[in-house]
Amino acid sequence: MKPAPFVRHTPRTLDEALAILAEVAPQDGRVLAGGQSLVPIMAFRMARPAHLVDINEVAGLDKLIVENGMLIVGARVRHGAFHKPVEPGPLGALLASVVHNIAHYPIRMRGTMCGSLAHADPSSEWCLTAATLDAELVARRKGGERIIPARDFFEGLMSTALKEDELLAEARYMLLPAGTKFGFNEFSRRAGDFAMSAALATYRIVDGRIADARVGVGGAEASPRRIPEAEAALNGQMPGDAAFRAAAEAASAAIDPLEDIQTTGEYRRDLVRAVVRRALEASVK
Amino acid sequence: MSAATKGSGTTWVGRAIRRLEDPALVTGRGRFTADLPAAHWVRFVRSPVAAGTIKKIKPPDGAFVVTAAELAGVKPIKPMLYKFNYRPIGQPILADGVVRFTGECIAAAIAASEEEAEDIADAVEVEIDETAPLIDARDAASSAALHPEAPDNVIVNAQVKTPEFDTAWRNAHRIVRLEARSRRQNATPMEPRAAHAAYDPATGRITLTCTTQMPHLTRTAIADLLDMPESDLRVIAPDVGGGFGQKMSLPPEYVLIAWLAREHRSSFAWTEDRRENLIASYHSRDQYIALDGAFDADGKLIALSADVLANIGAYSCFPTTCGVEPLMAMAEIPGPYDVRHYACTARGVATNTCPMAPYRGVSRPVITFALERLMDKAAVELGINPIDIRRRNLIDQFPYTSAMGLVFDEATYKETLELAVKHVDVPAFRARQQALRKQGRYLGLGFCTFSERTGYGSPAFAARGMAITPGWEMVELTMDPSGFVELRIGTSPHGQGLRTTLAQIVADQLGIEPQRIKVIHGDTDRSPYGWGTFASRSLVISGGATLIAAQKLRAKIIKLATHMLEAAPEDIVLGDSAATVAGTDRSIAIAALARDAYHQTHRFKGEIEPGMTEAGHYDPPGTFSNACHVAMVEVDIETGQVKVEKFIAAEDCGRIINPMIADGQVHGGIAQGIGNAILEEILYDENGTILSSTLADFLPPTAHEIPPIELHHLETHTTATNLQAKGLGEGGAIGSPAAVMNAINDALSPFGVAIDEMPATPQRIRAALRARQQTETAA
Ligand SMILES: Cc1cc2nc3c(=O)[nH]c(=O)nc-3n(C[C@H](O)[C@H](O)[C@H](O)COP(=O)(O)OP(=O)(O)OC[C@H]3O[C@@H](n4cnc5c(N)ncnc54)[C@H](O)[C@@H]3O)c2cc1C
Repeated sequence: MKPAPFVRHTPRTLDEALAILAEVAPQDGRVLAGGQSLVPIMAFRMARPAHLVDINEVAGLDKLIVENGMLIVGARVRHGAFHKPVEPGPLGALLASVVHNIAHYPIRMRGTMCGSLAHADPSSEWCLTAATLDAELVARRKGGERIIPARDFFEGLMSTALKEDELLAEARYMLLPAGTKFGFNEFSRRAGDFAMSAALATYRIVDGRIADARVGVGGAEASPRRIPEAEAALNGQMPGDAAFRAAAEAASAAIDPLEDIQTTGEYRRDLVRAVVRRALEASVK
Repeated sequence: MSAATKGSGTTWVGRAIRRLEDPALVTGRGRFTADLPAAHWVRFVRSPVAAGTIKKIKPPDGAFVVTAAELAGVKPIKPMLYKFNYRPIGQPILADGVVRFTGECIAAAIAASEEEAEDIADAVEVEIDETAPLIDARDAASSAALHPEAPDNVIVNAQVKTPEFDTAWRNAHRIVRLEARSRRQNATPMEPRAAHAAYDPATGRITLTCTTQMPHLTRTAIADLLDMPESDLRVIAPDVGGGFGQKMSLPPEYVLIAWLAREHRSSFAWTEDRRENLIASYHSRDQYIALDGAFDADGKLIALSADVLANIGAYSCFPTTCGVEPLMAMAEIPGPYDVRHYACTARGVATNTCPMAPYRGVSRPVITFALERLMDKAAVELGINPIDIRRRNLIDQFPYTSAMGLVFDEATYKETLELAVKHVDVPAFRARQQALRKQGRYLGLGFCTFSERTGYGSPAFAARGMAITPGWEMVELTMDPSGFVELRIGTSPHGQGLRTTLAQIVADQLGIEPQRIKVIHGDTDRSPYGWGTFASRSLVISGGATLIAAQKLRAKIIKLATHMLEAAPEDIVLGDSAATVAGTDRSIAIAALARDAYHQTHRFKGEIEPGMTEAGHYDPPGTFSNACHVAMVEVDIETGQVKVEKFIAAEDCGRIINPMIADGQVHGGIAQGIGNAILEEILYDENGTILSSTLADFLPPTAHEIPPIELHHLETHTTATNLQAKGLGEGGAIGSPAAVMNAINDALSPFGVAIDEMPATPQRIRAALRARQQTETAA
């Protein structure tokens, strides 16, 4: 279980990194961030990049700040940075409640949020978070930058809109308005395993009723996404069991479930029903 | 030291002293096979398909690659059984024209480092004409033969039926049927397999260092296969990071490493990676068991009929043969119950899957699961509670001779059940269960009572008709001139704490501290021939031999002391590292006695032989440990997830030499059993591709999945062994799956569904609930 031979590059500046990436990307070059997904698949030789552009020493990519009402998360920010709220509002609390579901402590100290987003595992908690909150993903390449909305970023199983010479430099999240309710729930076989289904919900209460509901589901389809049917079942309703169940049913019915030899589509729908309702229940606890 | 250590009382035995082996292990100073440097590293090219004919193996130009063509003089691994319609089948060291399972070794790529070897292996071109694989044991008869010796793929086929069985069957009040399915597992030791072989140009000897549970048998087997004298092969098992049975069978990889060292007069090493371990190290417990229990109106089991179908994989493991699972199942299915009439058919069939080998408990986790499910199912059908049906059937007269002729020594089947029941507080649990059901939460309580046959010697193994019949153990005990002691043993502990427990046994006999006693094992140049560590045998048998040798050495020390202190032997007391004349202050240090035994022998006028070495051997009939395991679970009926809330075990392993080590053995076994019941499953698709080749897919439990475990001990000092001890290495893993499965079924009882397949994955539980809902909706 040793990786196939490769060349590792260690740029110190973003420009240098982008220049190297531009050069090596066509020769099967890839970004190395925390290595917690890439290194295992290289060890299995399921990935055989000829070049790795190691961004761990690139200055400036460790940015974690609030600017113009947005939380900006640089490409070197580790999962572990979110163990405590990174900002005092609901977004900081939300990210702190989600992060503990990612893998195990040592992995969270190495893996990065942007690495998770770029890797695009359907079960990734950060992909679900980015999709649910409509994050903006900032892609940089030699001589260019574009901002990709999360809904356009995830293109399927382990596949994103990033071009091979693009670096995901930042993820940006709108701060959530004060009073925003949120809840997260996931199902996995063992603590720390990848989720077999996960749900994240946020909403506000306006005049005792749910408004601006967002319900995202991950791990159940090729990419995480918001489920409009579930959101519709919530908006305008009083928060409580009836609305939560209706939203859970709607989400369960709306998905196009991933299947494998052990997991039928029916079972995946069972899980989605359970995690959506439980995420909503968590929002009122 | 306190006066309590005087004499030969049991002052060290029975104490929870810390393990003498641990300081090195927990400070990273252990020595494992993979730590050794080697001139050559080996990477195996493994079959990517389950079945087929090899058309081409093309190494990259100039690469050092070995295939079956170079191994002409090397014999296949071909263990033998003389009974039970066994058909001997051979396993080539490298696939010889045909591949029979995904992961089978096709070629060995060799380079100066592991990394380069893997690059070469990667570049070897292999072409295989695939054929349709046989994966499920039930398809054996309708599939092409894996081996010409077994056209129907049946490798072992055994039947028994007690004389009055049919009459008893006809008179039964009720027949209860249980069809159990146990999915395939991998023992997953922390350290995967590894081997290192070096050639000594001075002597021409080969030293094979490998992670094994049986160094001597490894030496015998490899010397036979390579046609060399055993004395030219030294096998060392250094620190071994767990085995659980997976390391008691001979891997073809080890044979190749030894062959390479001999052939190329150099050093060669191989360390398995986790993927290789999961796909190609031994699997276990892929079985179907159908039981029919004939009960009388009071719930007494009158007759039991069993059909065992074991998937043995592609080859038969050495030395036990693939009979080990089906034949153990046949012998022990009636368990701890008094059932006089028994019939059983047990078959082992070859398939295109990784070969099967023993795994902690061997068949017993499976048969116990089947039998304990049967008892619970019978209890429901007969309207008895699960505790009472066990009370009515557990044996309580000893010695008890089973329908299969096994002799059960004294034990506490009923007492451990009652002890566990008391600690569970069943009425309180039932009340909580009822209350929570109203909130949509489903708790379950599951009992399992079982026996664990341990410490059996050669007569017991002889019943299986193996060409290699294990059983006895030998030890050598030497006190050196400084008064320190070396105990050389033939068993090969790899985590069980034997360096500590055996030292405790010796310490009591010799009146010295265990810290003065070094236990030497796992080196065929240093320790007497022995069978190794498996089958919960080492403490009982090696410990029994140790006791015998220590008693002899004690006698010699006393004899020396009588000369030196001019006292009668019966007045000499050993303790505090000294020999003392009872009731006086006349005393001599044992170290001084030892010195004289070597350096002042003239003083003994030829009455005492020089030196201080004694040997002991022991070959007991066997003894049964027993326990009652209780699991409390909660089943999340929306997702099918099972959470084990609490686990209670009341067990009896006879005299406990070291309570901490005993508890550790039970804890570890229960953890594995919980994994067995709800998590671990090796999965093949219908093409024979293995889908559980990483630890992200094959799921051993982690600390999160293991609940608090409460242990209670009874100690029946058996007369069946000289230490009055019984083995307990496997019991934790034997009873816990059944307890968890019964608890899951108890939790699901309001829904009228049964789960008789292990592991009880959330998918299976949901599928059963959904099927039930659908039939109800349809009705
Ligand atoms: C045992 C285990 C359990 C895990 N469980 C979970 C879990 O429950 N949930 C979960 O979400 N994850 C889990 N992970 C994965 C972990 O979160 C990874 O850290 C994460 O998926 C990838 O982040 P990384 O920084 O380690 O990226 P890397 O492994 O370095 O890279 C992953 C991929 O993304 C690309 N990449 C990385 N950064 C960038 C970038 N800035 N721009 C462009 N491309 C980039 C790489 O080229 C590579 O293809 C687990 C991992 C392990 C080993």
